[in-house]
Amino acid sequence: MGFHPVEPPAGSGAAVDFTEVQQTEQFRELRKRHRSFVFPMAVFFLLWYFAYVLLADYAHDFMATPVVGNINIGIILGLLQFVSTFVITMWYVSYANRRLDPIAAELRHELEEAAPEAFIDPAGGTK
Amino acid sequence: MISLGSAVLRVPLQTVESTSVGSPVLNISIFGAFVAITLVIVLRASRNNKTAADYYAAGRSFTGGQNGTAIAGDYLSAASFLGIVGAIAINGYDGFLYSIGFLVAWLVALLLVAELLRNTGKFTMADVLSFRLRQRPVRIAAAITTLAVCFFYLLAQMAGAGGLVSLLLGIDDRLGQSLVITVVGVLMIMYVLIGGMKGTTWVQIIKACLLIAGAFIMTIWVLARHGFNLSTLLGAAIETSGNPAITGPGLQYGVSALTRLDFLSLALALVLGTAALPHVLMRFYTVPTAKEARRSVVWAIWLIGAFYLFTLVLGYGASALIGAERIQAAPGGVNSAAPLLAYELGGSILLGLISAVAFATILAVVAGLTITAAASFAHDIYASVIRKGRVDADGEVKVARRTVIVIGLLSIAGGIGAQGQNVAFLVALAFAVAASANLPTILYSLFWKRFNTQGAVWSMYGGLGSAILLIALSPVVSGGEKSMIPGADFSVFPLSNPGIVSIPLAFLLGWLGTVLSRTVEDPMKQAEMEVRSLTGVGAEKATDH
Repeated sequence: MGFHPVEPPAGSGAAVDFTEVQQTEQFRELRKRHRSFVFPMAVFFLLWYFAYVLLADYAHDFMATPVVGNINIGIILGLLQFVSTFVITMWYVSYANRRLDPIAAELRHELEEAAPEAFIDPAGGTK
Repeated sequence: MISLGSAVLRVPLQTVESTSVGSPVLNISIFGAFVAITLVIVLRASRNNKTAADYYAAGRSFTGGQNGTAIAGDYLSAASFLGIVGAIAINGYDGFLYSIGFLVAWLVALLLVAELLRNTGKFTMADVLSFRLRQRPVRIAAAITTLAVCFFYLLAQMAGAGGLVSLLLGIDDRLGQSLVITVVGVLMIMYVLIGGMKGTTWVQIIKACLLIAGAFIMTIWVLARHGFNLSTLLGAAIETSGNPAITGPGLQYGVSALTRLDFLSLALALVLGTAALPHVLMRFYTVPTAKEARRSVVWAIWLIGAFYLFTLVLGYGASALIGAERIQAAPGGVNSAAPLLAYELGGSILLGLISAVAFATILAVVAGLTITAAASFAHDIYASVIRKGRVDADGEVKVARRTVIVIGLLSIAGGIGAQGQNVAFLVALAFAVAASANLPTILYSLFWKRFNTQGAVWSMYGGLGSAILLIALSPVVSGGEKSMIPGADFSVFPLSNPGIVSIPLAFLLGWLGTVLSRTVEDPMKQAEMEVRSLTGVGAEKATDH
């Protein structure tokens, strides 16, 4: 039987050697692609967020500098946080669709074909 | 939500005047219609609730769009709506800072947590955390932190419901408010008991649509009265308040070095807390695939982002059209900014609609929290620890249903007891506890191969304990005039949010516990978790039948 978090069934390990899968070129490529995108991106948005928070916290005069009419740097930087969040979201989705999903799907199908009994529930549900 | 600083969410119950604006009868009728419609939908949705996966995870049958809308419904609590609008109306720019923290936090969920979690777990957060570590200790710790976060969040919502709804419906005595809390509690128990995750999800979807549509209409209305020009709106807000500083940061948190540090601490808890809130995490199990989990977060980010942009306009709109003085003098104080704005714009009808939306908001959030807590108790503690897995799904769901009733009754009692308490304190605790107790272990177990049981247990208990201890020793509990225990003073810790200490501490303990332990966890399980989390193997079959 497949994955059951309560009592890991003995059959699960016997049917599929996950350490072997973990060592395959294909899986390592998937992991590399995933991490090389999400880690730098996470570092970037956290730095940008905290730079903004620190400016709002400690540089009041700078943030209050008017730009257009009553709209000041603070409002613009705040709205830019929204923009950057939306942009990173779309960027990640497009990256994942192009670079992650195809490899993940291929690996998944290979694994399920190699050991159908380990992953497919005869009752037809998710295992 | 946490945003409100300590002053915002506290509804001054004793000072509520019976002269509320609008018509309580109209408010009650609109709310009654909402309850009637959602109950019918919940009943219909619950007809095919058969298995544990149906009850906890809605049979994994929702689409990304539906789930994303439900996440928005789960996340945008009444405090987000009333609290942030009020905070911006009174404190100007400092209120807007919260909106940003709440939104940016979703990137942590999108990039690092949502899909991997969807692929490795089944029903609860503990499923993921205990996947490759020793089951019992890790599962118990994860269930305890889940219950702690849910309970504080729940208590805050229930106490808020009493104050808020009394304001909106014109009930101002303590008995009437207790009655309101009881009604909210009983309704919530009914939704969750009958509808399970499916019913709860539909309530959240309906509520999210109503809330976002209501905020959108008001935003357009406010902008229309200022020539669709943000600068004109800001100008009007400056004119009404007579203080140009309202468009810049610092009014609330710029007072002293300590308040600034406090804000930094809050910002940290906000950005790291969201991706570790158990009721948000559990929503990822209601979709069939990791791709749908990703779509859910994307939908949630767009909806939540749009909503927080509306709050900017609504907050400055309330500041311009009503003015901080009138808002603070109104029953409910800062929380009344949004209802007052609705009354100013569209009279009794819009006020009635917005009030009903606010009530619906509380109900939906409370239902989401209850099902999360019940699932965690039944699945993690009862089935896995007490019965050691020797229980069938029916038995587990039966226990989950009973737990719903117990949690419902507890939160009614707690809500009645906590009336007039500092609501923001309880919500802040929930966010800080989530970020301290859960996030380090979630990230370590997904990304750090060597992470082991001792690290997980140290990090979870250390994070939970330090967050709660620091809040107990903070000015929120004692030592100030706004404290929970005004007479005593044992406030050794000067900040009202513990995040800046407890979050790094929990990360440190996770690392320290791991390197100091000689135990090496099963490399097979680590490999299995990593392969499953990235490929979704074994977790994506629901689409095949």
